Amino acid sequence: MEAILSSPSSRVQGFLAAGHVCTVMGYTEYEPIARKYHVPIVVTGFEPVDILQGIYMCVAQLEEGRAEVENQYARSVRRRGNEPAQQIIRDVFEVVPRKWRGVGEIPQSGLGLREKYRELDAERRFGIEHQTVEESPECRSGLVLRGLIKPNECPAFATKCTPEYPLGATMVSSEGACAAYYRYRRVRAAGAAAAKESNS
Amino acid sequence: VNQDFSLSCPIPISQYPQILLAHGGGGKLMHQLIEKMFLSAFQNPLIETRHDGAVIDLQNARLAFTTDSYVVRPLFFPGGDIGRLAVHGTVNDLAMCGARPLCLSAALILEEGLPMETLWRIVQSMQQAAVQAGVQFVTGDTKVVDRGKGDGIFINTAGIGLVRPCLQVAPARVRSGDMVLLIGDVGRHGIAIMAVREGLAFDSVIESDSAPVVDLVMQLLDEGVEIHCMRDLTRGGLASAAVEIAEASGLEIRLDEKTIPVREDVRGACELLGFDPLYVANEGRFIAFVPPASAEKALQILRSHALGQGAAVIGQANSGHAGMVAMTNAIGTTRMIDMLSGEQLPRIC
Repeated sequence: MEAILSSPSSRVQGFLAAGHVCTVMGYTEYEPIARKYHVPIVVTGFEPVDILQGIYMCVAQLEEGRAEVENQYARSVRRRGNEPAQQIIRDVFEVVPRKWRGVGEIPQSGLGLREKYRELDAERRFGIEHQTVEESPECRSGLVLRGLIKPNECPAFATKCTPEYPLGATMVSSEGACAAYYRYRRVRAAGAAAAKESNS
Repeated sequence: VNQDFSLSCPIPISQYPQILLAHGGGGKLMHQLIEKMFLSAFQNPLIETRHDGAVIDLQNARLAFTTDSYVVRPLFFPGGDIGRLAVHGTVNDLAMCGARPLCLSAALILEEGLPMETLWRIVQSMQQAAVQAGVQFVTGDTKVVDRGKGDGIFINTAGIGLVRPCLQVAPARVRSGDMVLLIGDVGRHGIAIMAVREGLAFDSVIESDSAPVVDLVMQLLDEGVEIHCMRDLTRGGLASAAVEIAEASGLEIRLDEKTIPVREDVRGACELLGFDPLYVANEGRFIAFVPPASAEKALQILRSHALGQGAAVIGQANSGHAGMVAMTNAIGTTRMIDMLSGEQLPRIC
């Protein structure tokens, strides 16, 4: 989030924070971010009504000039999260730098297995530590993630990049922005055709 | 003579050089594989009906024929086991063709080291399920593979059944205006399996809905309900079945979310895991397409049967966008229902 917000081209005005992550981690870590960048952050669930309410709470903050962390998903999330689960995570994993699609490597942005669990690390076990995966140069998911382009403005959208053969994370997940645009592209085309017909 | 020269066609699937798990997930990649590789290689009028089984016209009889393989892990789960599934899945596929199942075959692929006691439990379970569904195992095959080369046991069953004269039940028979009937709540089988596999404990044990639906189908046909098409809601769930029928019939299908029964415990588990119950597998559920005039009678018949007490009209076919499934959801918006590429994965954010 800091990487996105500190970019001069960022157009992000508010965040819906992922409910499952916060169920475990709580949301105290978001509080300094909301203050520093003056953005509302609303912890939100995944049902349609959750999303609607999360957006409403976010917009209400923007209208009132507030920038706080609010919890829409209170039936699952507590401010400090699930502390026994966090302890287990800390025992097994340590914080490591991680490469993010379209953004590059971010320090302290991932989890890796601690030394005593290293033998379970697939990278080491299968000898693929030094294998690197090239990102497709055609994938614009980084720009989509930063809100700089819409998924259908990417040249690979629905041509080289489809849910069956995705180039980036936003097309891989069925809930990703590109996958959603892909699913509804037929409706958009049909709607536009109908509008044209009624005009002529 | 150029020895390398051959008349064989190029591989019809170029995007993936290897088979992925998603190619068996009941979604788009599986359909692509079936369409581009199997249908194109084996093309004939029977396979092209794209039904759960083929209906073959013989001189004095109409025979339905189908096959299915079962590779479930764990082998035993709340509400069933691989043996019961291997019977229910195949007899239900026959029933979806409007057939009364007659005989089954069983091919068992066993892994070296499988406990004999486990095999015996599965075989007994197959026998009981066959009796319950009114079929007999009449032939079979056994192979044993090296330790580590199988998952304990894989079962294939094939089945034949009799279709009454003149009965046509197939996706191509669905008409604009047909009502979509669902026989009961959805999502139980997939969640039951997931709960055992991932060690998830809920307040109550969620049991698989695995059951033979033959009786239900025969009752509908015996009472003279006009059925245009039926489809069981196995891998890929209700959503994939609806999309398959919309595509094969060239019609649009509108569903109404409020009318689709999902048990509270299943809904809760789905919310926790980030699953959509519409895509979760069932093993004793089907949808039927019937003309509006038959809908009320069909509902009454279904609801009078133990397996169909939760039956409901959940939507209607229309001649709008060919091949599209749209669902009006509880908050009044319309959502497009598409097939997934592969299997549903738990939400991780």
